[in-house]
Amino acid sequence: MLDFRLYMAQRLSALIMAPLVVGHLAVMIYAVQGGLSAGEILGRTQGSLFWALFYGGFVVAVSVHAAIGLRTVISEWTRLRGGMLNGVAMAIFATLLVMGGRAVLAVTLV
Amino acid sequence: MLDDASIAETDHAADSIAVSVWRGDASGGTWETFTVPRQPSQTVLDIVTWIQQEADPTLTYRFACRVGMCGSCAMMVNDEPRWTCRTHVGRVVKDGAISIAPLRNLPVIKDLATDMDPFFDKWVKAEATHHPSAGRHDDFAAVLPDDEQRVEASAGIECINCAVCYAACDTVAGNPDYLGPAALQRAWTLYNDSRDDAGGAILDAVSAQGGCHSCHSMGSCTHYCPNDLDPMGAIAGLKRATAKRFFRRGRG
Repeated sequence: MLDFRLYMAQRLSALIMAPLVVGHLAVMIYAVQGGLSAGEILGRTQGSLFWALFYGGFVVAVSVHAAIGLRTVISEWTRLRGGMLNGVAMAIFATLLVMGGRAVLAVTLV
Repeated sequence: MLDDASIAETDHAADSIAVSVWRGDASGGTWETFTVPRQPSQTVLDIVTWIQQEADPTLTYRFACRVGMCGSCAMMVNDEPRWTCRTHVGRVVKDGAISIAPLRNLPVIKDLATDMDPFFDKWVKAEATHHPSAGRHDDFAAVLPDDEQRVEASAGIECINCAVCYAACDTVAGNPDYLGPAALQRAWTLYNDSRDDAGGAILDAVSAQGGCHSCHSMGSCTHYCPNDLDPMGAIAGLKRATAKRFFRRGRG
């Protein structure tokens, strides 16, 4: 059942990512059109629970989605199986989560 | 794709054809070229038969019905899986040459004959075997052809087990545990058959490691199926059914 649970986790994380990607693109276009400076953008994101949850949620969804996808690619391209394969996937998940989490904290912490 | 007139035109385009045949066994092999006379309405299976009868009686291959019903004679023709008994030479010959090799993704026994055991073992693993819902003393089950589930089942029952889809599948090539299109399509037809009593067991089997969720929907199975079936659609049906059950039960 592990394969099926990973399949569902990857689809559900995609469902979460889709609207967040659209939101992110819309915000980027808005920021560029309005001519906001980096300082002005940080002024709006720092201390904002909304943006912390928006990008925090995106980072979690990406970490889950990408780790499962790469686990499949690695299993088909190499002989890695079982615990080693899951270990590599968990390492990818943790790396993306930590790197993304740090970025979110950097722009949302006061 | 050539139409019938074009095939007739190319039928006598040359007096002979250069046929590269893969010769070997599980430990490896090499290509051997034969010059085979061209004949009207010649099929790829005719070529293989001619080589064995006229040039080299040690050539090993498998066939039975010769009319596209038994699923025995599938081989790689110009690197593509085909049922050789229903493949006209005129459709596949390129510059007067053809290559013929054993089916991909299966162990070779000798020359053009592959070991089909892994293919059929996976049918059993996918629970693609009938689980009767009634005994011999019960009435006949009423099977309505227009019933929505029956239409789904009927769409896949003409599979002749030729393994062309299995040979075409890149997911099978990358993941030896993957059950493959034919076994999963058979599981889908049984899941939709009102006379099968093990829908839950089928969904459990196809949700296990190497099940339907390993499919990347590349579609080679549907593209190459000689009977124009749609195994990729059947696998998508299994994915939908398992996902629906997940949301209904709140678990896998």
